[in-house]
Amino acid sequence: MHKLINKYICKLEAQGLAKRDDALLIALDAGMFSNRPLTGELSVLKDVLSLMNISSILFARPAEPYWSMIREVLSHAGGADSVVPMDCETRTFFHDIPVIDEFSPQAIASALSRRKSAIIRDRGIVTYGTVTPEQAYVSFSSACFSVYVKYFHDALQYFGAHAANSEKVSKEYLAAFKDISKKADTASPPRKWRVLRSEPPCNEDDVLFMITEAGRAVVSQQLVDSYFGNISYVFDKNIYISQTGSSMDELEGCIDIVPLDGSSSAGITASSELTAHRNIFLHTGRTAILHGHPRFSVIMSMYCKKSGCDRSLCHKACTEKREILATPIVPGEIGTGASGLMNTVPPAMQEGKGVIVYGHGVFTAGDVTFRGPFDMLMEIEEKCRASYFRAVNDLLEHLS
Amino acid sequence: MTVIEYPKGPKCYNNCMSGYTGKSASIDLTTQKISIFETPDDLRTKYLGGRGIGVAMAGDRTAEEYNAPSMPLIFSAGPLVGTSAPTSGRMSVVSKSPLTGTIFDCSVGGRFATELKKAGFDLIEITGISDKWTAIEISDDGLSLTEAEGLAGMNISELSRVVGTEGSFAAIGRAGEKGVRFASIIIDGHYAAGRGGLGAVMGAKKLKIIKVRGSGKILVYDSEGLKNAREDIMRLLRASPAVFGEFGLSEFGTAALVDLIHARRMEPTDNFRRTFFPDSAKYSGYAMKTGYQTKKAGCAGCPVLCKKIGAEGAVMPEYETVSHFGALNGCGDLKAIVEANRICNDYGIDTITAASTIACYAEIRGIEAGPSEMLSLLSAIAEKKGETGATLAEGSYRYALSQGRPELSMSVKKLEMPAYDPRGAYGMALAYATSNRGGCHLRAYPVSHEILRKPVATDRFSFEGKARMIKIAEDLNAVVDSLTACKFLFFAAGLEEFSKVLNAVTGMDHNVQSLLAIGERIWNLEHTINAANGFDESHDDLPERFFAEEGSSGAAVRIPPINRKDFLKARENYYRIRGYKT
Ligand SMILES: [Zn+2]
Repeated sequence: MHKLINKYICKLEAQGLAKRDDALLIALDAGMFSNRPLTGELSVLKDVLSLMNISSILFARPAEPYWSMIREVLSHAGGADSVVPMDCETRTFFHDIPVIDEFSPQAIASALSRRKSAIIRDRGIVTYGTVTPEQAYVSFSSACFSVYVKYFHDALQYFGAHAANSEKVSKEYLAAFKDISKKADTASPPRKWRVLRSEPPCNEDDVLFMITEAGRAVVSQQLVDSYFGNISYVFDKNIYISQTGSSMDELEGCIDIVPLDGSSSAGITASSELTAHRNIFLHTGRTAILHGHPRFSVIMSMYCKKSGCDRSLCHKACTEKREILATPIVPGEIGTGASGLMNTVPPAMQEGKGVIVYGHGVFTAGDVTFRGPFDMLMEIEEKCRASYFRAVNDLLEHLS
Repeated sequence: MTVIEYPKGPKCYNNCMSGYTGKSASIDLTTQKISIFETPDDLRTKYLGGRGIGVAMAGDRTAEEYNAPSMPLIFSAGPLVGTSAPTSGRMSVVSKSPLTGTIFDCSVGGRFATELKKAGFDLIEITGISDKWTAIEISDDGLSLTEAEGLAGMNISELSRVVGTEGSFAAIGRAGEKGVRFASIIIDGHYAAGRGGLGAVMGAKKLKIIKVRGSGKILVYDSEGLKNAREDIMRLLRASPAVFGEFGLSEFGTAALVDLIHARRMEPTDNFRRTFFPDSAKYSGYAMKTGYQTKKAGCAGCPVLCKKIGAEGAVMPEYETVSHFGALNGCGDLKAIVEANRICNDYGIDTITAASTIACYAEIRGIEAGPSEMLSLLSAIAEKKGETGATLAEGSYRYALSQGRPELSMSVKKLEMPAYDPRGAYGMALAYATSNRGGCHLRAYPVSHEILRKPVATDRFSFEGKARMIKIAEDLNAVVDSLTACKFLFFAAGLEEFSKVLNAVTGMDHNVQSLLAIGERIWNLEHTINAANGFDESHDDLPERFFAEEGSSGAAVRIPPINRKDFLKARENYYRIRGYKT
């Protein structure tokens, strides 16, 4: 158990989600294990465990910029008792994130009895697991991701609304925005293009190497939230694809080999986007396919000036032909279904080598190796980041 | 319990209650008396419905033998049944198992539960023993008993033709009539309350069939809320590879698991002597889909439709069935497996126990049964024909014991284990042992995380943390069976979403933890009932084979025997977490 606890504490730190000293992870088997002594205030978390039928709990103050973002989002939420994520992935799996004021076992247990994570005002985020501590880590990471997307998305809306009405933006809001943008910039990983293998694979081992190498690169460049995302390579009548719920940075032993003719259902454990990956290959013939959730691509995909739409339907029913700097944006729900991205992404992929899915993430495809798709993923995210701040600057200029 | 004499009762007793009809019925076949009573409020609050209420009502009456007149047989629907909640068409059948001697419940689909609720009943309880074969008919107008001597001797397919397609029916075939210890109750011709021999309980009562047809409406407290909660679940289902993925349950049925369990080298083969069967691709989900041109079918209110029916009407076997008539009996002949499934269905016997009993017989006799002998043994068992048929109709444990080889019955608490070898998933090993109805994969279904990676993947070759995982999952599944929802949905959604569904349907105020507390209460009640009937720690164990023999290692996967010390330590942890030991 100690090994597992340490693993996720290290991941929190490596992903810039929380500092080791600000995080507490408790796991239960027959005994109780934690990364810090459960004295003083921390005993509250121990008491939460006794109130709930769970096996682990994680409490941490998120690192910057997340912490400042949470405070800003809450300060403009007018005392709302929950934060509703904007991005589709978080909304599908997490619905909303309750906010509580009281650092008491009862208040925390009550919030976690309804949702997978909760924000404790002025203190941090608390999450839990019923199977392994990994669930607590994933929920924590997803909460951070969704707040990141929500903060920048809301800010753009805020500036846009003020510009439209020629209203002055509040000084405090602007100061906080500048401060958070700077913190976000400092916290993002150094933008060096990582060089991936460029030779075509000769055998299965090469394919597995290429996939694990690319997966690690995607995580180290923070192009996914926690480790969600998926990756595939078509080789010798099979599609090699990451398994559902696998860590993109630990894909060894977590790659399914699925015959393209559908003759084996051993791929039932493959990524939920298996069909999307296969359809991209069938539509375009490209063999190396990457899918991540880079943040500014997600944010910008939802930035649409068209009015009069029911915003709750955009992610699955948008009919506009939209793009950001030549990269198409399509609607598409996770997984199967008529409005599933398995149907919307592949045709859009014919035009270029990358597609953004509304409120969700980016697919890129290339031939031979992952070098092209990875560079493309980085490039799309860079473009979206630049266009986000350009859009903000334009709005602010308009106002001054 | 307020008992009101039939037939005075109004259609709905408790108008303010949404989700429940508020009305239940008790039928004594000895006296032929029918009583209508209010579904007890405190049972609803404490045990929800389905399995929970059924177990609570059966309670200490299970101290008697399964064929005692006082033994209740309970058909219990849940609060979600009859509403638009996803997979809301299920119910639990509860009694004492003739096979295991434990309290026993089977979750079963089809249309029965929906019709029962629409006819105005949350549950019906049957006691007593009739002189003659009897049928119960339930409709909006009430319940009635009729003589059914004319139906005696009929198997399920013939009954289906006689009964027709109106409404729904639960019936036994000839195996139930003859008291085969693992006879099943079949709903609507092919949904089985399969395990544990509840068909023999029904047969002991001389009850051949229950027909039900209802047209009422189930009140929903907050239909807008239900719509939203339903959509949350549907979104998760669409995102789930195991459910709606291209190889998922919706496409291939549970037989989708054949290839996966094969690849993990944990498919029970030759009575669990091996864990790898080279011929399994011959009866995989893909082989069935292409070979039989299957289409989707399923229970009332189900969006998944995991049942597969061939173009010519043949019902495709479930994963457990296909693997046990396949690998477990060394048979790669899909036609024979489909036929074996048909025979089991028609006579009404549990496929898992039947296949495992034949495999046990083959090992003890030192033979390989082969497809045609397998099929003729099956009919002999179902008819209790000859000495072999009659002894095998007692299940593998009693048979093996009679041959002086009890260790070759691959069972826990005399219930044969399904098609996941415990050497390939240690959570499964522990869950087989602790299961309070015997060798069952569904009480905790650790296959979900050990093999299907949901909600997260765990190390299948480790006991670390498994004791608590199993405990929580046992509580969770007790809730699922009481709601009454389908376990497959829980590959994708959880109680977080289902508590919203339940609240919208009933107006209750539940959350994940309050529901798990109910699950724990149900589990502990079952444990107490079993303990009172003589079950103890010594029954929470696996056959010796799994601690002594290596499975079929290969392809960079080693399937060693389970380390007994580690197993016992995990079991000890489990008892401590449950509070059974300090
Ligand atoms: Zn995605």
